[in-house]
Amino acid sequence: MSKITREQVEYVAGLAQLELDDAAKARLQQEMGEILSYMDKLNELDTSNVEPMMHAMEMTNVFREDCAGESLAREAALRDAPQQDGEYFIVPKILDTEGGA
Amino acid sequence: MAAWHEKTAHEISSAVRGKQVSAVEVATSFLDRIAAVDGNVDAYTQVWPEYALAQAQAVDAKIARGEDPGILSGAPIGIKEVICTEQGYTTCSSKILEGYQSPYDATIIKKLAAAGAVFLGKLNMDEFAMGSSTENSAIKTTKNPWNLKCVPGGSSGGSAAAVSADMCTISLGSDTGGSIRQPACLCGCVGVKPTYGRVSRFGLVAFASSLDQIGPFSKDVEDAALALNVLCGKDPMDATSADLPVPDFTQALTGDIKGLRLGMPKQCFTEALGAEMREKVMAAIEVLKKQGAEVVEVSLPALDYALAVYYIICTAEASANLARFDGVRYGFRHPEAKDVREMYVKTKSAAFGPEVQRRIMLGTYVLSSGYYDAYYLKAQKVRRLIKEDFDRAFTQCDAIVTPTSPTPAFEFGSKTADPLEMYLSDIYTIATNLATLPGLSLPCGLCASGLPAGVQFMTKPFDESTLLRVAHCYEKNSGITLGKPPIA
Repeated sequence: MSKITREQVEYVAGLAQLELDDAAKARLQQEMGEILSYMDKLNELDTSNVEPMMHAMEMTNVFREDCAGESLAREAALRDAPQQDGEYFIVPKILDTEGGA
Repeated sequence: MAAWHEKTAHEISSAVRGKQVSAVEVATSFLDRIAAVDGNVDAYTQVWPEYALAQAQAVDAKIARGEDPGILSGAPIGIKEVICTEQGYTTCSSKILEGYQSPYDATIIKKLAAAGAVFLGKLNMDEFAMGSSTENSAIKTTKNPWNLKCVPGGSSGGSAAAVSADMCTISLGSDTGGSIRQPACLCGCVGVKPTYGRVSRFGLVAFASSLDQIGPFSKDVEDAALALNVLCGKDPMDATSADLPVPDFTQALTGDIKGLRLGMPKQCFTEALGAEMREKVMAAIEVLKKQGAEVVEVSLPALDYALAVYYIICTAEASANLARFDGVRYGFRHPEAKDVREMYVKTKSAAFGPEVQRRIMLGTYVLSSGYYDAYYLKAQKVRRLIKEDFDRAFTQCDAIVTPTSPTPAFEFGSKTADPLEMYLSDIYTIATNLATLPGLSLPCGLCASGLPAGVQFMTKPFDESTLLRVAHCYEKNSGITLGKPPIA
């Protein structure tokens, strides 16, 4: 039996904003199950007194002068957008206006 | 005399600065070489002949004016698709970034240009640097120059193949779990992953931000030192870059390793290592012993857990980093989306390949409510244990030696059906990234199959000098020259 259920695969796909067909769901259920079982190896180690390594380098605050630097020109920032009007990125509608939101 | 495309960056730079050859002549030799052999190798995703010649002309013009164009004068360089360049496209070998033109250059691109380098084009990779064979590229399949039926390794497969096939002097790669060192091993070149924080990541498309580092591929250790002299250093645009002095790494190439303590981790020389690779690595250790290194056995008990830790941390970070490809600001947007949610979902589902989707799924799972502590937090704790193992080992030795890869290059398709099997290709390289250490792979002979073998060295963080010194000493005294791969 796989370590994760088909329902869990569907739930995680929803969180990850991915749409999977039936074949992909079945494949991922099996592959993720195998990989997660392999990861269970970590439970062999007692880590109750170990601090998690949250950062690659134990640096504290990195400060810089609070002044404006160079930034991208609007034209350059918009250039690669799939849809834009010269001032804004354009996206499909976000709010359902009929409901009077 | 050998053709210019067979030469190293230090040879070319000194010839160009000494006016023995023009940068244009050198660039032309490399462009001709690409035209002649890349049809077989498929390392390049884009070649920039006009741009390369214009850069070379600028180098020549500086020399004519009596100025010094820099330590890489006229040296032709190839760039991994994951590094942002204003020139050409930056696609990460993914459909989601097809046609993407970065509005800025990565910091390292600016630094290399300022040192007189000439950029030839971009190099193929596994999509978003996820893979160990470059088979996950959405653009093309790069072949190993030593055997066109075999993979070049990955994820920087194009960068390794291009150096190996004399299609550039130095190439740039990125290494999150071995993506520079493993392909360098499989293609028979030198590959360095510097210490985390040593090289600016500004302009490197992020895969796993606590593990990613940029580094060079080269034909010899001297070129690696030269490249690191240019690449390393603090960058205000990357807050994680280290504010530490950068020594002249070429000064480390003394040839003298007398008294150097070389650590052999017993966990890396088990039966999991193929017999032929073991024999080659042991022979490399003998060479260093003869040069005065003292070999000590060290123990890295948490190393057995590195692969599990790595695939939790890298997928978790990737799932967060790749959320930015939402079809709004750049890249592909699915044309049929009716609302914003549908735009996100259809865009990602249509344009991310299977391995990228698998890692986003795994990463989302290990970060999700109810599993965060069991997987992600647990992995961060074991990551500390791995780092502490290395800290302890480095009280007993100055450098650690291991194989780079359990096997030489494998055939196309032989590991694609089983993701875990593919992940095991990086078993010797991933701990370096988890512990933030510098690591280097260099060739240590050819196997009976005619494929290159590689040996890996690691040192303490920010001690790239010792890393290069050991590698250079081996290179000078091994008596091994691979020769040229049997293409064209």
